[in-house]
Amino acid sequence: MSNASQQRFTGTTVIGTARLIAAKDLRVELRSRVLLNQVLPFALIVMVMFAFALDSDAVLERVAPGLVWLAAMFSTLIMVSRSFAVETADGALDQLRSAGVPAMGIFIGKMMALMAQLVVLVTLLILTAVVLYRAELSWAGSVLLVTTGLTATCGLAAVGTLYGGLAAGAKGRETLLPLLLLPVVAPVLIGATRATESAFGTRGVSTGQGWPWLGLLAVFAVLFSVSGAVAFGPLLDD
Amino acid sequence: MSTVSHGHDPASLEPVVDLCDAVAVLGSFPALAGATMTVQRGEIVLLSGPNGAGKTTLLRLCAGLVALERGRGRVLGVDLANDRELVRHRVGMIGHSNGLYGDLTVTENVRFWGRTVGASESEIGLAVSRMGLDGRLAHLPVSRLSAGQRRRTALAGLVARRAELWLLDEPHAGLDAGGRDELDSVLKMAATAGATVIVASHELERAGKLATRQVEVIAGQVRKVAGL
Repeated sequence: MSNASQQRFTGTTVIGTARLIAAKDLRVELRSRVLLNQVLPFALIVMVMFAFALDSDAVLERVAPGLVWLAAMFSTLIMVSRSFAVETADGALDQLRSAGVPAMGIFIGKMMALMAQLVVLVTLLILTAVVLYRAELSWAGSVLLVTTGLTATCGLAAVGTLYGGLAAGAKGRETLLPLLLLPVVAPVLIGATRATESAFGTRGVSTGQGWPWLGLLAVFAVLFSVSGAVAFGPLLDD
Repeated sequence: MSTVSHGHDPASLEPVVDLCDAVAVLGSFPALAGATMTVQRGEIVLLSGPNGAGKTTLLRLCAGLVALERGRGRVLGVDLANDRELVRHRVGMIGHSNGLYGDLTVTENVRFWGRTVGASESEIGLAVSRMGLDGRLAHLPVSRLSAGQRRRTALAGLVARRAELWLLDEPHAGLDAGGRDELDSVLKMAATAGATVIVASHELERAGKLATRQVEVIAGQVRKVAGL
């Protein structure tokens, strides 16, 4: 085989594959508008239902951070499910593997696309909490909140992609995914809620108290990003 | 059709598929129990045989998707026992599903699959036009296409990927008469351009007219080889 052919047949790099997959996933989302027409309205409805159920401004202000991240987690389930439904509907995931596309690139690409969508979702949820639950946000808290949002969505996207891939080939994947995913993302729910409480100054908690929780989120995000990138290939092959 | 370009390197003189007493196991079941088969470049080979005989496993072995447990196997010069993942970039396998994204257009799907091997925009455009998918069809979402048009789009993806060995599992399934004719002409063009095609099919009359050779797979072994 010639050098040019050899280079050709090694396919694209992991980074090139990740960009290709992320761009494809985001293009599919732009065309189908599932995030815009289904996930975002669902998340907003959850927030409004919480407001109806709790029916007290004082309580809502106190629990706003937890409600934001609960709504984010429920919405993540839909987004992960959708992300892999697109791949399995016509056997594209199998084709990707049979075409020798690097699994690590597939994982990173799908994770990046999911994270981009989650950032939009979480931003909207935080704005909703500020408007609907009257959560207050200082400038100092904003830095913590933005960092928390990015780190937590990274963790959610990583673990969501890993477990989405695991459930993709399984029977009853729609019900299997929440069972697998929800217990694992409990540290994100706890860490993100505590950090967001600090950012909002809920119950007099200072901004400084939120940073250690951000550390927990960062460890979670790194752990699942790395383990997911490594394990995704064997997981798909099985 | 610019499916592949071979030049005169020694690798092009080797058989594209060279299996000798190949054994492949699914779970604990030997789906291939000592299959021996050689396929030369440019051939269109029909795999026939009853359900469960091992046709799909034979295709998957050639695609590097199933491990070679025992025996000897080389595909496109790659040793399946040691480097089977290396052959995947060079092989295109289409089963009952097409591997397409319904929300993307024909061109976007072909571009996506072409980009997985770094195909240029001109190669992608060429693949689309060679499959008769240019013009209005090129900009339609795949979800709005007929079964035959979807199959052609999937094959355009193989062309864009410059797959040297096409492995097709029941490619005529779900296609109407027009779609089947289109598929046959595409496969003949691919073989003329230098690609090698192995088709597993139960539709012997249809696939037999297309193939240059028929191989019968029974109980995990290649039992009968016949020229057509």
